[in-house]
Amino acid sequence: MALKIVKGSIDRMFDKNLQDLVRGIRNHKEDEAKYISTCIDEIKQELKQDNIAVKANAVCKLTYLQMLGYDVSWAAFNIVEVMSSSKFTYKRIGYLAASQCFHESTDVIMLTTNQIRKDLSSPNQYDTGVALTGLSCFVTPDLARDLANDIMTLMSHTKPYIRKKAVLIMYKVFLKYPESLRPAFPRLKEKLEDPDPGVQSAAVNVICELARRNPKNYLSLAPLFFKLMTSSTNNWVLIKIIKLFGALTPLEPRLGKKLIEPLTNLIHSTSAMSLLYECVNTVIAVLISLSSGMPNHSASIQLCVQKLRILIEDSDQNLKYLGLLAMSKILKTHPKSVQSHKDLILQCLDDKDESIRLRALDLLYGMVSKKNLMEIVKKLMLHVDKAEGTTYRDELLTKIIDICSQSNYQYITNFEWYISILVELTRLEGTRHGHLIASQMLDVAIRVKAIRAFAVAQMATLLDNAHLLTGNTQRNGICEVLYAAAWICGEFSEHLENPMQTLEAMLRPKVATLPGHIQAVYVQNSAKLFATVLKSQEGDTDSTTTQEASQLMIDRLPLFVQSANLEVQERASCILQLVKYIQKLQQKDVEVAEEVCALFAGELNPVAPKAQKKVPVPEGLDLDAWINEPPSESESEDEQPKAIFTKEEPKHSRPRHTEVDEKELARRREARKQEQANNPFYIKASPSSQKVYQDTSGVEHIPVVQIDLSVPLKVPGGLPMSDQYVKLEEERRQKVRAEKKKKEKKKRKEKRSGRGRKHDSGPESEEDIAPAHMVDIVTEEMPENALPSDDDERDPSDPHKALDIDLDKPLADNEKLPVRSHRAVEAQKSPVEDGERENAASQEPKKKSSKDKKEKKKDKDRDRKKSKEEKKKKKHKHEEKEEDLLGGQMEEPVVQSEETSEVAALPTSSSAEEVATVAAAEAAPAPGAPSVTAPDSEPDEPKDTEMEPKSSKHKKKKQKKEKEDKEKKKKKHHHHHRHSDAGGEESVQNGTVEEEEPLPPMSNYCLLAENSYIKMMKEDADEVCDIQGNLQDGSQVVVSVIFENKCESFLKSMEFNVLDSLNSKLQRPEGSGPHDGLVVPFQLPPGVSNEARFVFTVQSIVMPQKLKGTLTFIVKNEDSSTHEKLDFKLHFTCTSYLITTPCYSDAFAKLLESGDLKSSSIRLEGVNMPFHHLLARICFHHHFSVVERIDSCASMYSRSIQGHHVCLLVKTSAQTVSIDAKCDEPTLLGNVLDEIKQTFSQC
Amino acid sequence: MIKAILIFNNHGKPRLSKFYEHYNEDTEQQIIRETFHLVSKRDENVCNFLEGGMLIGGSDYKLIYRHYATLYFVFCVDSSESELGILDLIQVFVETLDKCFENVCELDLIFHVDKVHHILAEMVMGGMVLETNMNEIITQVDAQNKMEKSEAGIAGAPARAVSAVKNMNLPEMPRNINIGDISIKVPNLPSFK
Repeated sequence: MALKIVKGSIDRMFDKNLQDLVRGIRNHKEDEAKYISTCIDEIKQELKQDNIAVKANAVCKLTYLQMLGYDVSWAAFNIVEVMSSSKFTYKRIGYLAASQCFHESTDVIMLTTNQIRKDLSSPNQYDTGVALTGLSCFVTPDLARDLANDIMTLMSHTKPYIRKKAVLIMYKVFLKYPESLRPAFPRLKEKLEDPDPGVQSAAVNVICELARRNPKNYLSLAPLFFKLMTSSTNNWVLIKIIKLFGALTPLEPRLGKKLIEPLTNLIHSTSAMSLLYECVNTVIAVLISLSSGMPNHSASIQLCVQKLRILIEDSDQNLKYLGLLAMSKILKTHPKSVQSHKDLILQCLDDKDESIRLRALDLLYGMVSKKNLMEIVKKLMLHVDKAEGTTYRDELLTKIIDICSQSNYQYITNFEWYISILVELTRLEGTRHGHLIASQMLDVAIRVKAIRAFAVAQMATLLDNAHLLTGNTQRNGICEVLYAAAWICGEFSEHLENPMQTLEAMLRPKVATLPGHIQAVYVQNSAKLFATVLKSQEGDTDSTTTQEASQLMIDRLPLFVQSANLEVQERASCILQLVKYIQKLQQKDVEVAEEVCALFAGELNPVAPKAQKKVPVPEGLDLDAWINEPPSESESEDEQPKAIFTKEEPKHSRPRHTEVDEKELARRREARKQEQANNPFYIKASPSSQKVYQDTSGVEHIPVVQIDLSVPLKVPGGLPMSDQYVKLEEERRQKVRAEKKKKEKKKRKEKRSGRGRKHDSGPESEEDIAPAHMVDIVTEEMPENALPSDDDERDPSDPHKALDIDLDKPLADNEKLPVRSHRAVEAQKSPVEDGERENAASQEPKKKSSKDKKEKKKDKDRDRKKSKEEKKKKKHKHEEKEEDLLGGQMEEPVVQSEETSEVAALPTSSSAEEVATVAAAEAAPAPGAPSVTAPDSEPDEPKDTEMEPKSSKHKKKKQKKEKEDKEKKKKKHHHHHRHSDAGGEESVQNGTVEEEEPLPPMSNYCLLAENSYIKMMKEDADEVCDIQGNLQDGSQVVVSVIFENKCESFLKSMEFNVLDSLNSKLQRPEGSGPHDGLVVPFQLPPGVSNEARFVFTVQSIVMPQKLKGTLTFIVKNEDSSTHEKLDFKLHFTCTSYLITTPCYSDAFAKLLESGDLKSSSIRLEGVNMPFHHLLARICFHHHFSVVERIDSCASMYSRSIQGHHVCLLVKTSAQTVSIDAKCDEPTLLGNVLDEIKQTFSQC
Repeated sequence: MIKAILIFNNHGKPRLSKFYEHYNEDTEQQIIRETFHLVSKRDENVCNFLEGGMLIGGSDYKLIYRHYATLYFVFCVDSSESELGILDLIQVFVETLDKCFENVCELDLIFHVDKVHHILAEMVMGGMVLETNMNEIITQVDAQNKMEKSEAGIAGAPARAVSAVKNMNLPEMPRNINIGDISIKVPNLPSFK
């Protein structure tokens, strides 16, 4: 053996390990790819070997290659293999590889569930830690659902190392499986006060992440956090909490008021910059949330601004950056306080650090006013000139435009200045924001009517100098500006001084190099210009100009007719034909100008960007409905070839088509207008019908343009420089100010009171600056009945949306975490379900039926538990008291949750689904139909037995397990919404559940024995037992026992032994003596529970039996280990030999008629429960199924594992229940009836 | 939340990449390249924050990085993390590496990327800060290494011997190189606390 190991390791010591691989790659710099591909081949070979060490080494190398960008998903299965190695070394390699390359769509992930679960409960804390770390990277919704409960258990692990990891990973689990949030939250909250600072910090971390997304749900935690904030000294925790408060205060202003003081104190006291910074941030958030204007808060603002100024002035660039960042938050609500630091911020614009400059730019956005806009923009323009590197320059450009255009050009007093700024910006080379500038130009020209003349003049110059801009013809390059220029010149051509010149500029051959969409605009607008030229020459006797114009058009347009761009071509050919026609008319001296102008009559109004979206859909209009019957596919295929030919035709014929006479054109135009006017969906561009202010007569509605003549409309000397405007503006302002002062003096003389402080406070305040143009900024049009709301909905794909869960509501029953568990007892099956049961192994149960069943189960579980508790008290004085039971079970997560559900006691028939899984707690999932669970340990507890209908199926547990695995897998495929290992596979519909009334939960498990060796080391072990009869051969019973370690020490070497009776024997492995114990196949670290199963053979089943047993184990802690033992009694009741077997009523009748059965009867007095509860109890505790039920009378059936039929007729009247029973074995019947009686005597 | 942790050298060669969100390998490489491009062109004396690239993050995310000798340590984080806190975390990370590797240099990271991962796993888990106390981190890392060693036991001995021999003969074994300029000098930064 040892030799083999050594040999194995000698073999592999010549394998390449990670270091060799890295070294090799470094030595093959020139043919790295080739070298790596040979390495990958080697790795593939290594992965084929059986030696796990070799595999792990290969996987380790793959992890490295993954970092270099190689896809290693093909090795996913090998990674899983390495993960499941028992050695920590390899396990860690496997989990690391998995965390690097697994993701949600990795299909082998679902194979890892059990492995991870095993690792999570490993006695070695580092196995658990490594599994948690790995899981945090690749957790999927399925894993989250399946492991949520295991992880939740780990949150109370004794080792803080595990606790903190478990707490952190819960966040990932919540994200993937939001249903787990509510059940896990109480424990998470508990961890906020964990003694270990690491765990505490982890809990704070998780809650902060949660609260950041859905703050309102966490307001109730504010007091707890407040306490933590004032008590904690851990800066990490403090920062998180303070950040959290920043998110909470906007929702609860009162919280903000409370926070100010402690935060201010922290600001004054802390030496950690990070903490100081976060405090300032949160104070800002608080101040934003509070209604401003409270005097004491201005002090806080001052404090913040002061501290931030210190940060900004710091030589540490990081602090400077953060200071600016925080400053921009204050800016939103308290711009005044920030504006006083303008100097500092402008200074930051000169910083060599781009991040800082960008932040400063952000701040500038909020700092502009009418007064300083020009000055600031001037400064920015300087930076634009200086800026090297297009990114920053583009950023500057957009900022300039943002700053100027913000809130509807609020701060622009002189639009001529703005236009000239835009024109100056066009001189930037290589910018990618041509489109932005263009849209600004269009926007301003369209909306500011007073500026049009000036804008047109500027644009004409631009067009004239177009060659300067066409250098960069890439999309969205600066040439986009020409689009705007051409359009503005065309549309507002009446303002052009020399339209002929501009027309010439627009038809230069060079234009053909521009992008298609710009050419199209050129062509279209050249036609508009042409119309203007015609109009301007109207009435002139000399027609040379017009003829020149026509000739120019006819000469130049053919260039565009040849354009490859369809739009250009189409427009050019239309216009060319039109011009040719006009030329003919001109030659006949016909006056055409009027008609040509009519083509372009009407004003275009700006339309709000969202206008289209806001048009309400009229009632009765279904946009998704087909207008015509959808064509069949074959049809469309047939038509395809035809379309090719028909398409080409119009192309050739188009030029001819355009010779439509002018009147016809006008007529069509009119008709179209009419149609548009009547069409409610058309956003009208014509001023005709809709809004009053568009009417030429309605101009009064607009704050009318009063042109201040102190500003000349033209600035002498070539291209206007924006700077000149600045100068002019200053002069103008001074003048205005002087005038105002004069006036004011007068006023003061007249009226003593004066006008308040405003004028005294500063040399010049906002209100003083009258805009140069009283500008009419045309508002954008909206459809008439626009929908008012356009709140931005939250992104529906946001994973955090699912976590928007009210955490204060008490837990409902259906919210329990799914727990790995036994399929619980099946009480009864209706005939309908029986058929389904046949193939239950392969079939997913119908949801409804499984739900019903589970609900029923739950009820029974609870009842059973209660009765158990009481029975225990009575009959077994040596057993622990009821409280102990409760206490003991509290330790166990499963049972605990069940307890809570009982407390909550709000089961609704639909919500009980989950509880069933909980109730059936903790044991490994039992197989499909064949298995039987019998909660037992109490003397008179029934042992649930259940026979598989098809006895052909396997006998051994192992087989069952295989099957169950299969089923599990299947379930995963189905993505069952609940983790229903609990045995959802058997859908048993119980008649009783038809009732609407919820049934109380019932439990399968009961305390078997518990001890508390207080004298020793407070060690106690707890056994909860669940007996399953597995009696295909009529004599086998399986007992499931959950062992839970309640003490602080490690439990190992557990041995389970039972004193065999003549009738019942524990099945022991071959070769062992009749008195040997069975070794429990696991060890128990502190706080961990696990389950083992034991098989018994039973001879006779007509009598109940008791077995005495002992559990011995070693308690091991750091310095010592001791042997301990625990006695218990196993009780096999008669009903536990019964199997819920469905029976058809006709078969039932036949059975009764056969006369083979002996009868017996009992009466139960004072039974005070609804009839369906009663039936449910009988079904659950005694494994009967309802055959038929008529009002308060029901027939029930069950069968023993040895084939005895048991029939019941249950009747109830008032509080008396009478049960008539028949069975072919009177002793059995007597015992069963006794047991039933006992069950009811206790409720 | 931390979205990604990247370590690459002055030439953009990745030395460690840890993504807490899934990207395919190509995107990962692209992110590394882009991040390197952003970070490498920055001067030494500018701030350590960077509004991220296009690929990773978006407006809520920031790149926070530190440059040590030949290596860049870059964390991509969202707004729930404190910027200065993360800077300090990077410092803790590097100091921990320095302790664990005894005068860490780039070559340590090159040849023992797995160990670096394991150290990192004790600090950050699933994108959230797990532990910031260096002593605690080192204790856990050491304990795990000890386990690894005890598991290797006798069986591991031959392999260790061979790798020792291999390393001896090779000129590029980390320690034989003049590491004066590559060794990461851990400056004493103003403490976070």
